Amino acid sequence: MKVKKIFAMTVSMALCIAMCAGCGSTGGSEGGNDTPATTKAPDAAAEGGSTEGGNTDGGSAPASGELIKVGIINNDPNESGYRTANDKDLKEAFSEANGFKADFSYSLKNDEQIAAAQKYIQDEVDYLLLSAADTAGWDTVLKDAQAAGVQVILFDRTIDADPSLYAASVVSDMAKEGQTAVDWLKGQNLGKYEVIHLQGVMGTAAQKGRSQALIDTAASEGWTIVEEQTAEWNAEKAQQIVQSAIDSNKSFNVIYAENDDMAKGAVAALDKANISHGVGKDVIVMGFDCNKWALEELKAGNWNYDGQCNPFQSSYIKDIITKLQNGETIAEKTIIMDEKGFDAATITQEDVDKYGI
Amino acid sequence: MPQTNNDAKPANILAGLLKNQLVIPLAALLLLALFNLIADPSFFKITLSQNSNGDPVLNGYLITILDFGSELAILALGMTLVTAASGGQDISVGAAMAISGSVMLRVLCGSDSRAETMQAPIIVAFIISCVVAMLFGAFNGSLVAFFRIQPMVATLILFTAGRSIAAWINHNELPIVKDPGFGYFGNYIPGIPIPTPFFIAVGCFIIMWALLKFTTLSLYVQSVGINEKTSRLNGLNPEFIKLMTYVILGVCVSIAGFIKVSRLSTINYSVIAKDIEMDAILAVALGGNALGGGKFSMGASVLGAYVIQFLTTTLYKFGVSADALPAYKAVVVILLVTMSAPAVREKINALKNKKNAGKQASAAGNA
Repeated sequence: MKVKKIFAMTVSMALCIAMCAGCGSTGGSEGGNDTPATTKAPDAAAEGGSTEGGNTDGGSAPASGELIKVGIINNDPNESGYRTANDKDLKEAFSEANGFKADFSYSLKNDEQIAAAQKYIQDEVDYLLLSAADTAGWDTVLKDAQAAGVQVILFDRTIDADPSLYAASVVSDMAKEGQTAVDWLKGQNLGKYEVIHLQGVMGTAAQKGRSQALIDTAASEGWTIVEEQTAEWNAEKAQQIVQSAIDSNKSFNVIYAENDDMAKGAVAALDKANISHGVGKDVIVMGFDCNKWALEELKAGNWNYDGQCNPFQSSYIKDIITKLQNGETIAEKTIIMDEKGFDAATITQEDVDKYGI
Repeated sequence: MPQTNNDAKPANILAGLLKNQLVIPLAALLLLALFNLIADPSFFKITLSQNSNGDPVLNGYLITILDFGSELAILALGMTLVTAASGGQDISVGAAMAISGSVMLRVLCGSDSRAETMQAPIIVAFIISCVVAMLFGAFNGSLVAFFRIQPMVATLILFTAGRSIAAWINHNELPIVKDPGFGYFGNYIPGIPIPTPFFIAVGCFIIMWALLKFTTLSLYVQSVGINEKTSRLNGLNPEFIKLMTYVILGVCVSIAGFIKVSRLSTINYSVIAKDIEMDAILAVALGGNALGGGKFSMGASVLGAYVIQFLTTTLYKFGVSADALPAYKAVVVILLVTMSAPAVREKINALKNKKNAGKQASAAGNA
């Protein structure tokens, strides 16, 4: 019994110490979940610097030793390749070498993100960059930010709040991404269009935008949608859905997958059934997100099209910060990023290296 | 109770079957098969054709079921033991598969996530991933056995943290194995038209069958599950046996994870083997095993796993959207769980006793 008591005490003491240590570095954020709540900027900057050997964009040099304090709230970088690239881009851009002192905090949960935002406001950051997990619930904290003189810039995702509460938002237009892809498909002038449509998790902005473009055009152009199913961004589910279509002898000549993973799963099913795909073959394969491996498939001619979902918002954000620092006003609050679509016939190695994430 | 009643005399097969646990998954299987037969007989068509490499492969819905049901069946083996011994389920198997898959790719690819050649033999990578999965199994198992935490709560830890750990192992990168040899394990070995996962699954069944048949594992697991105190009084070590079942589940997890990463030669931490834990638990439940621990039938669990894949494939065929699948599975779970609830059981038994007192006595006599 005694041993047990001692053991229990040791463990609880260890826990207390761990908690204190945790609070020390996170400054009392309400983390404590699976994702590490906060990374200190110097480490982050060192990481970015050591891997890339300097910044890519020719950002403003440290003016007079006075660093601009930035608090960045993002989603968990493990979420997807997009998020990993996005996080890496931000870390490289907002390094100390570029004149910023950045604090990062990650969570997929809205309440944790709000707690982190409050912490940054208390820390008196100059700018708060935010990719919100959820669209609702941000009014109060944004008002606090305004009262404290913190400029808020949204990136990647918009929120349901009055536009006067934030300085700008840098976002992707998913509907435009879808439209670019569908326009490209229309331009292929196929004799018939029989499309297998693999959707992302239903209700997400990416799914809605990319689906709507195809659905509208299919209706107006008289294309046949052979199969329309959600594979929930999952390669394996996509493989099973396409396998099912093949097993029941459905005829199709286009795979419209709303992300690269699902396109990959679909291609695995095509390969198994000896259905040729890619440039000048039986089935056209389309994906989104421009993962590097996907662009390599494109370059090899195994896929036909990949639509970009631009994770590199940092240069846009830096422009905004520079303008605000110079006392200029932002004319257009919502800034939609340029997003490309790559055609297997014209893609170059340079594109793969530059745009692959 | 041995795993199946294979050794029953032919005359008693029918009577035995009715009492056997296999009756539930078999009935479900027949129901699904019948439904497909009526709706579209081409469901059962199997064709031999070639894949894009020119190798012969079998195609058809039944092959798809055998192919994609394999991981689930392998997981069901371990999950059955865990359920029987600890009276609870491991809900972290999906996350643990992500971890073991990630370890495997890390070993194969080394530091370069797009290595042209494999940096280590597949067997080495597999053994390392297997050891890691066993360690995580032991972690879950010791929480359950020594700290007496509810299995679902204990495994919730890894369920929540597992995918982040998996991503951390590979520094958030998504490694791709380019060697075609790695893909053989999740797809086809050139020249053999039957999907490899099925062979791997059959291998696992045989090993598990031998374990149950020739060792005392089955007896010990069941006695611990039925009554921990009496098994301790009889000289067993319940903690160790519980721990062992979780370690065995760890082995199953690493094999299933291996198949999963081999299918596409890459990994996606957030979606790989997503929700597979619910399917694995459902397989155990569908096999008629008591979710509260105790007696179990391994054969019924395996059959249950394939029935679930049968259901999934059928629903895909009829164009039911993937996000609606869990709803259909939920209906099955609700049915099974209410059927096995003590209150309902008592009612049914009472009803049976009243009606078929004579019949039951004679059936018992025959058996």
